[in-house]
Parts: sequence; structure tokens; C-alpha cells
Amino acid sequence: MSMNLVTLLYLVASICFIQALKGLSHPTTARRGNAFGMIGMAIAVVTTAAMIVKLSGPQSLGMVYVLGGLLIGGSIGTILAQRVEMTKMPELVAAMHSLIGLAAVAIAIAVVAEPWAFQIVGKGQPIPVGNRLELFIGTFVGAITFSGSIIAFGKLSGKYKFRLFQGAPVTFSGQHQLNLVLGLAMFGCGIWFTVTQDWLPFILMTVLAFVLGVLIIIPIGGADMPVVVSMLNSYSGWAAAGIGFSLNNSMLIIAGSLVGSSGAILSYIMCKAMNRSFFNVILGGFGQDSGTVVAGGQAARNVKSGSSDDAAFLMGNAESIVIVPGYGLAVSRAQHALKELAHKLTEKGVRVRYAIHPVAGRMPGHMNVLLAEAEIPYDQVFEMEDINADFGQTDVVLVLGANDVVNPAAKTPGSAIFGMPILEAYKAKTIIVNKRSMASGYAGLDNELFYMDKTMMVFGDAKKVLEDMVKAVEAG
Amino acid sequence: MEAVSPTVLNLIIFVLAIYVGYHVVWTVTPALHTPLMAVTNALSAVIIVGAMLAAALTETTLGRVMGVAAVALASVNVFGGFLVTKRMLEMFKKKDKKPEPAKLSSH
Repeated sequence: MSMNLVTLLYLVASICFIQALKGLSHPTTARRGNAFGMIGMAIAVVTTAAMIVKLSGPQSLGMVYVLGGLLIGGSIGTILAQRVEMTKMPELVAAMHSLIGLAAVAIAIAVVAEPWAFQIVGKGQPIPVGNRLELFIGTFVGAITFSGSIIAFGKLSGKYKFRLFQGAPVTFSGQHQLNLVLGLAMFGCGIWFTVTQDWLPFILMTVLAFVLGVLIIIPIGGADMPVVVSMLNSYSGWAAAGIGFSLNNSMLIIAGSLVGSSGAILSYIMCKAMNRSFFNVILGGFGQDSGTVVAGGQAARNVKSGSSDDAAFLMGNAESIVIVPGYGLAVSRAQHALKELAHKLTEKGVRVRYAIHPVAGRMPGHMNVLLAEAEIPYDQVFEMEDINADFGQTDVVLVLGANDVVNPAAKTPGSAIFGMPILEAYKAKTIIVNKRSMASGYAGLDNELFYMDKTMMVFGDAKKVLEDMVKAVEAG
Repeated sequence: MEAVSPTVLNLIIFVLAIYVGYHVVWTVTPALHTPLMAVTNALSAVIIVGAMLAAALTETTLGRVMGVAAVALASVNVFGGFLVTKRMLEMFKKKDKKPEPAKLSSH
């Protein structure tokens, strides 16, 4: 197998990868796109295996090691993919980013140890300076991706007692200065490595990058996670591209750049949906109360609260309903109960639609996947700009575990979230809000929507409340 | 004239690929942003190619261990990423049949 043939097959794989992303423009083409992705990956792996057999000879044990790794990793991946709950997708994605980061670092270490194994230099020769620089970049991005994603994973799962894994941001004085100093030290070691190809600066640089990854993510609050997850997604792509550069492998560069730009675009969309600049999110410290739900907190102001039965009565008599799901829906895994309610209401002749804010949930598109899991037809699910004009003619809006994304304060100059695009639920004739308590949203702001005369609060766990509503609609 | 350095050629590929990525990703529907992230996880796991070289062609213990570890880590993403994407996209499929009865009853 000549290197030209290998490279051409890698080109075919790269085209398949582009097709995989292109397919996602519509749910009907997405599955074919995913199949393209798998074919591309299979071409890449088989081609490389053939090349390895040719280079190392048929008696070599090399492929045995590869197959061993593949078997272990492949089984874990398959089991994870089959078992993971859709509400846990953000954690899974964060965990996968960290694996890419760590794999990139491991490959880089192997390259430094034996560059000739990767066909970039002849045996015993030093790595060219350009490749050393690329290796340094790939390694530090990979290391930051790894440790940053571990922290993001902890924050997303919210199960661990460890302070760094809690949703609330960790901030201390001199934090940004410390990061800057560590960052500069890391670059210093990187340049040192580029010049000398010594192990010492390489190791120092990698360790500093691991530390930096932790420090970058800890000041970011739980509800900023859609941006963080997208950003780490982007980093994992750049790490892959960096490794591609150092191995002179165009396919890695192409796949890495596709992923890198995808993550960057998602970060941009998320920031825009919160009306915050990327740097504002990264510098962190916003929303000190985020991530934790204070049970039973009672506001001084009066709200009108009602039972599930009252809410079910209102909804049963409405002509049109728009449901606004938020993170609370994911926390209580209420998507199936929601589907049941929507089904009952539809049977009664009520028009049910869903409105999704871009930052609802903990990662881009999180709510869409939950609704899809509950078999809610995607043509009933609308993006913010497509449904905002309809709230004025809607009888009832049901807000489930969402807060800031429906806060009319975003329209008031001077408010902390002024300018953030919101779902204009406050324009509806009646608003029903399900929350666990009156605790403020992640922005730490009071929500005027809850105090409006036409708003009814239904307190309780989303799943429990929805199940009660289903019973009430059935009875009514 | 001297030959163009591989770094420059790589840079050209890099810039063009970002350009393609930028245009392709903007066409992705927001409803599929979670599957997009899952599938990009699988795509960046293409570094498995480098990991395979490390696992198979190195001679030192360090190179081997790192290579095998990288193959295992990347293949978690290759399999996990594509399969979980497939699982999610199946969910978006099932509903194709549902809208008909739903629409009938609402009219």
C-alpha cells in the first residue's frame, strides 16, 4: 500500500466526515449523514491498519496491541452509548471531550519518545522544529481539554461533594493574574521544548496545561455550561488538528478543523442567546447562586399559586398552549410525563406547541433531544425566533423549570440580563409556571413574570406536577 | 526553487477545512445541536489513526503504553460518539408517523 494511496483514502474519509455534519441540517437526512461518518471512520482505521501491517511486517505484534486497545475502548464506548440517559447527555459529551484531550496528550508523548514510528523523520533523527511547535500546541490544547472537561463533567453531573465539581463558581482574588502567569510559563516551556526537544520542558508544559484547564473552568457557573461544553468541544477539535499538524496527516487536520469550527460556532450561538461576550463567560464568576436549588425559599412578594388541578382546568379549556421547557424538566426527567399531558390535551382539541430557547438546558439542543426521546413530533417544537410572535395569541403558556429565558427583565434597560433574547411568554393570556421553589434563576434576578396577575405558580417537582395534571385533564 | 514546507501545506488544508466547517455547521438545525456535539466527538476521535501508529510501530515501553492507552481512549469516542448519535437520531425519526393522528384530532 503506497503512501499516496493511503493519503487518497484519507481524503475519501475526510469527505465522509464533512457529509456527516452536512446531514445534520435536517432530521430526515441526519441518519444518512451519521452513516457517512461511520464509513469514513472505518476507511480511516482500516487504511491505517493496512499501512501498519505493511510497515511492520506480518509477524509483528503491532496490530495485536492496536486491536487490544480497540476492543477495550470500543466495548466501553458501545455500552456507554446504549445505557446513557438522554438527560445525562451533557455529562457524556463532556466526558468524551476529556478522552480526546487525554488521547492527544498520550499520542504526543509517544511522538516525542519515538518520532520515527510516525514516519515524520528517519530513525534516530530529531523532530523538525516546525513539528515540535505543532506538537507543543496539540499537547497543551489536549491537556487543557482533558482537565477542563473533567471539571465540566463534575459540574454537570452535580453529584459530587468535591468543591471544584459544584455548579457554583470558584473565584479568588488574583485568579486571572495567576492564570496569566501560568499561561505565560506554559508558553515559555513550549518554546523551550520547540528549541531543544528536551523532555523536561515538555513535561512541565503538559503539567501546567493540566492545571490551567482546571483553573479556566472552575470560575464558570453551572448555567453557563452550554458555552463551556461547546468551547471544550471546539478545543478537542483543535487538539486533534494540532496532532494532525505534527504528524503531517491531512485527514486529522481536516476532521479537527471541522470539529473546532463547529464548537466555536456553537459557543458563539450560546453567548449570543445570553447576550454576553465570550470573554465575559470565560472570565466567569457570574451568577454565584447558580446550580443549587434552594428548597422552600419564600419570596417577600406575593405570587398567585395554584394546584395542578387548577392548572389542568385552565389548559383543558384553552385553544392553544405553548410549553416552555427548561433545565428543571431535565433534572426531574419529566419529558415522558410531559408527552402524556400533551397527548391528553391534543385529544381534547387543544393545539400544543413547544418553544425552545437556545440556552435552555445544559448544552445546545438539550431540550430538543429530551422531547424527541419522549416521541414528541419535531414539527411541534419551535425555535425562539419562530414562535415569539405567536405568544400574544396563545391562551396558556406552561413554563416548566425555566426562569431567566422567560424573564421580561431582559427588556428593561439597566437589568443584569438586559438585551438577552427571551421567549416572550409574558405576552400570553395566561401563564402557568412550574418551579420547585421561588429561588431565583441563575442570573440571581427576580422574575417579574412570576408576579403578574395572569400568572399562576404551581410549585413542585416537574414530573410529579405533570403527572397530577395528566390525571386532572383525564378526569375533567 | 525550494520545495514548499509541509507545515505550509498543512496550514493551507487547515484554513480551507475551517472554511468548509464554518459553512457546513451554520446549516445544522438548532434542534440537532446535541447530536452535532456527539458526532463531532466521534470525528475528533479520528486521532485514533495516530494512536494506532504509536501502539503498533513504537519499540519502547513508553511509546507502546501511550499508544495503546490512546487507542483505547479514542475508540471509546469512536464507538460511543457514533452510536449515541445514531440512538438520538432514531428518536427524531420515530415521530415521523405521529403527526398525522395528532393533526387530525386538533382540527
